Amino acid sequence: MIVPGAAQGVRVGRARDEAHVNLGINIGQRTKQLLYDLTGVAVAAVMLFPIYWMVATAFKPGRDILSLTPKWIPAPFTLQNFQDAIARPYFLDDVKNSVIVVGVMLVLAIAIAFLAAVGTARFGFKGRTAFLITIIAVQMVPLNALIIPLYLMLDRVGQTDSLAGLIACYLAVVLPFMVWTLRGFVANIPAELEESAMIDGCTRVGAFLRITFPLVGPGLVATAIFGFIQAWNEYIVAYVLLSSPNNQTLTVWLASFTTNHGPEWGPLMAGATLTGLPVVAFFLVLQRYLAGGLTAGAVKG
Amino acid sequence: MGVAIATPDLESAPRRPGRLRTNLLPYALIGPSVVVIGGILAFPLGMLVWLSLQHYGLRELIAHQGEWVGAGNYQAILVDPLFRQVIVRSLLFTLACVGLTLLFSTLIALLLLKVRQAVRVILMSALVFVWATPVIVTVDIWQWMFDYEFGVINYLLTQLHVGNFIHHNWFDNPVQGLSVLVLVVVWGAIPFVTITVFAGLLQVPADVMDAAHVDGAGAWQRFWFVTAPILKPIFLIVTCLSTIWDFGVFIQIYVMLNARPSSDYFTIAIYSYRESFGVTQYGLGAAIAVIMVLILVIVTFFYVRETVRVAEVAA
Repeated sequence: MIVPGAAQGVRVGRARDEAHVNLGINIGQRTKQLLYDLTGVAVAAVMLFPIYWMVATAFKPGRDILSLTPKWIPAPFTLQNFQDAIARPYFLDDVKNSVIVVGVMLVLAIAIAFLAAVGTARFGFKGRTAFLITIIAVQMVPLNALIIPLYLMLDRVGQTDSLAGLIACYLAVVLPFMVWTLRGFVANIPAELEESAMIDGCTRVGAFLRITFPLVGPGLVATAIFGFIQAWNEYIVAYVLLSSPNNQTLTVWLASFTTNHGPEWGPLMAGATLTGLPVVAFFLVLQRYLAGGLTAGAVKG
Repeated sequence: MGVAIATPDLESAPRRPGRLRTNLLPYALIGPSVVVIGGILAFPLGMLVWLSLQHYGLRELIAHQGEWVGAGNYQAILVDPLFRQVIVRSLLFTLACVGLTLLFSTLIALLLLKVRQAVRVILMSALVFVWATPVIVTVDIWQWMFDYEFGVINYLLTQLHVGNFIHHNWFDNPVQGLSVLVLVVVWGAIPFVTITVFAGLLQVPADVMDAAHVDGAGAWQRFWFVTAPILKPIFLIVTCLSTIWDFGVFIQIYVMLNARPSSDYFTIAIYSYRESFGVTQYGLGAAIAVIMVLILVIVTFFYVRETVRVAEVAA
């Protein structure tokens, strides 16, 4: 803060005046800061409320849920809704299906995406730019638009009500983003590191496995988690393709809850909490990678 | 491995076989991706266009053979008054969602700069939680909150004397219902956009900001003349992505209305879905989907151009 004359040792009275002014500014700034902080907390509360309401409802006994005056906190507290949700037909089947679909898809996707990431980050070749532009553009094709041909294609080979068909679809959905992100991670590791390892006697493959692969580890984790979230949350393709209830995934189970059983909000909110839990957990691991995300480097010139 | 014995011969040019291998290697590396993306994204996209030129109903589905009708499906759609409504509704819905998302996200991002560290952590965590929650889950939550009988929103609005909302069904009136859906979409979109814009704001050089301050620029002027131009690429990308996501909105509307949305709630994705899987007119549904893709291609073009430019600058 610039205080004119302060450094020149002026009269005490003037100094006192300035102290008053300073205090005024401080109080003004403090109230302003307090206002900002309060607004920040209020925004956080408003944003979080729906999620709080889900968890709170999930722990409330039925009569507290269906009451005209809502109870703000879940007291008394019950786990009955979770038991009900888990005991529902097909819940466990569908959890298993979701895990299988996401697991198999991720293993395949990581392997395929990693190869392409290395190919595009480490080599210059004809068609590289075209490939990369396709990778970006293809992410923008809305999945809803592709459902009709995907359904007819899989129908022709008899894979509409099978997890294999769904895995293939998800693979194609997550792959472009994974290639693009992993490419960034690989490109950030200087090729010189590999080269010096090769000068020190490593083979090309050895240098890659010992130097690049460990360094790109966090990138692989981040990309895998991203793929997990996308596939775990996907609804439309699963809904269209999988017709028998024991073949469906968790999101389809959750979305059909109200239509099949009428609004039983308690078990529904418990099921929703259980579905969201793994995603939130993984997301918290991932978030520092996501902050830059799709626009990484946008402003750094 | 025996590599220690071999002295690297830096002078000689790579031998021919080695060179051939490095030439083919990148193609081998991207090969699997090309096959998957080509087979499961590009091929269906082509098939979609081909389907849109066929009459393809239940009979054709069983026979695996469509009947060529040329532009017939498109002609049918373009004279369909319902389709015109659907397009207008989709565009307005997208405009409302994207506009409100950008407005609130920018405000929250600016707020994040001002608040103290502890509050910033709280607000960021709240945003990340919302972002992480699966869309289906959020739709179920909002459905419960807007329940006409026991929903907390009706209770709150009544208590706050906004009006009498006891047993008020928001989805009886499509304007109200769509407003609720805009709220659901915007609430879900705010975290990603806010965090992205905030990441951009952190990159605005402090000295430029100080210089503007010294030159007497007010807060609004500093935002408009310093921050906004620097953030332009980020705003552009975020706007394109939001437009693409919101124009193709499906889950929120479909699940919120219990998989039975009335035609007042048809957006383009729902209309296409309804034509194909509801009344088994796959050809018509495909034609609608093609129109949706074509509209989005325009937006995508800007997105791709900006992303490539940004990637080139960063490289």
